[in-house]
Amino acid sequence: MSTPSSHSHEHGHEAHGEAHHTNYVKVWGILLVLLAISLIGPELGIRVVTLLTAFGIALVKAYIVAKYFMHLNIERRFVVQLLTVCLGLMVLFFLATAPDVMKHWGMNWRNDSAKNANIPEAPHHEAGGHEAAPAHGAGE
Amino acid sequence: MVRPIATTRSASGVPTGRLAVWWVLASEIVIFGGLLGSYLLHRLGHPEWATYAAHTNTWAGAFNTFVLLTSSLSAVLAHQAAEQGNGKKAANLLLATCGGALVFLIVKSFEWTHEIQLGYTITSNGFWAFYYLAAGLHGLHVIAGAIIMLIVAADARKGKDLQRVELIGIYWHFVDLVWIFLFPLLYIAK
Repeated sequence: MSTPSSHSHEHGHEAHGEAHHTNYVKVWGILLVLLAISLIGPELGIRVVTLLTAFGIALVKAYIVAKYFMHLNIERRFVVQLLTVCLGLMVLFFLATAPDVMKHWGMNWRNDSAKNANIPEAPHHEAGGHEAAPAHGAGE
Repeated sequence: MVRPIATTRSASGVPTGRLAVWWVLASEIVIFGGLLGSYLLHRLGHPEWATYAAHTNTWAGAFNTFVLLTSSLSAVLAHQAAEQGNGKKAANLLLATCGGALVFLIVKSFEWTHEIQLGYTITSNGFWAFYYLAAGLHGLHVIAGAIIMLIVAADARKGKDLQRVELIGIYWHFVDLVWIFLFPLLYIAK
């Protein structure tokens, strides 16, 4: 009779044994084709195509690596939920801070430094005394 | 030899070692996610960063993506060999993965040398600060992964602790995943 501990180990091995029916070389080939597309797409110079081929394909590649190489498709569900919660927190972080960082003015505030950094010809002394070149002010 | 209880226990249904790796990766998601999220915010808010990004070498980045994807293949094949109880094959495949790590770091060092010689340093502006920080942090993960892999490969060759081959493999695939996002962010979006 197996203990709960050894049973779960066995379960893990069986599940991961199933994973090895996957043709990993084929998965790798698909990833290389996607890499080629992500290089060719932006060469067309069309913004939408660049976004789709560069970032859309990055998401597809990440999904394939997570599913087939990291075996998340056969991993216990709570592991996937754990990782998803962390990813969700990052999306929340992005959405919560985006309005402040990406916009240069709001109802009761202005960020002249960032605004001027985006418009190199604007006089820099207006940016709160920042005399630095636009390049140095870019991250402010 | 008496093994620590944690090594053989599996209270959650996932072997403890693997569960620990998933927890590490959960924290890594927050580390890299925060960094890349911040970069994305600033990049969208500063269109002029595209002119700085134009100086990164897309082909070097693409080659390194190819290297990491290939090293992920050897890592998963090492796991497959370990599952079949073939420690020697698993060790050799892990060494091949380490070779990929080495090639990645060599390409990165040439790339950085060239960029620094052109005057693009971590203090040049916000873009280059993010570039060196993100790629540097990722590079440290590559170095750490390669060192751990060498240790795991040495044991696997003796047929010892073969379950660790899977654990370092999962970590390595995550390192690959991070680069999959760094590549378009730092090299393609110009």
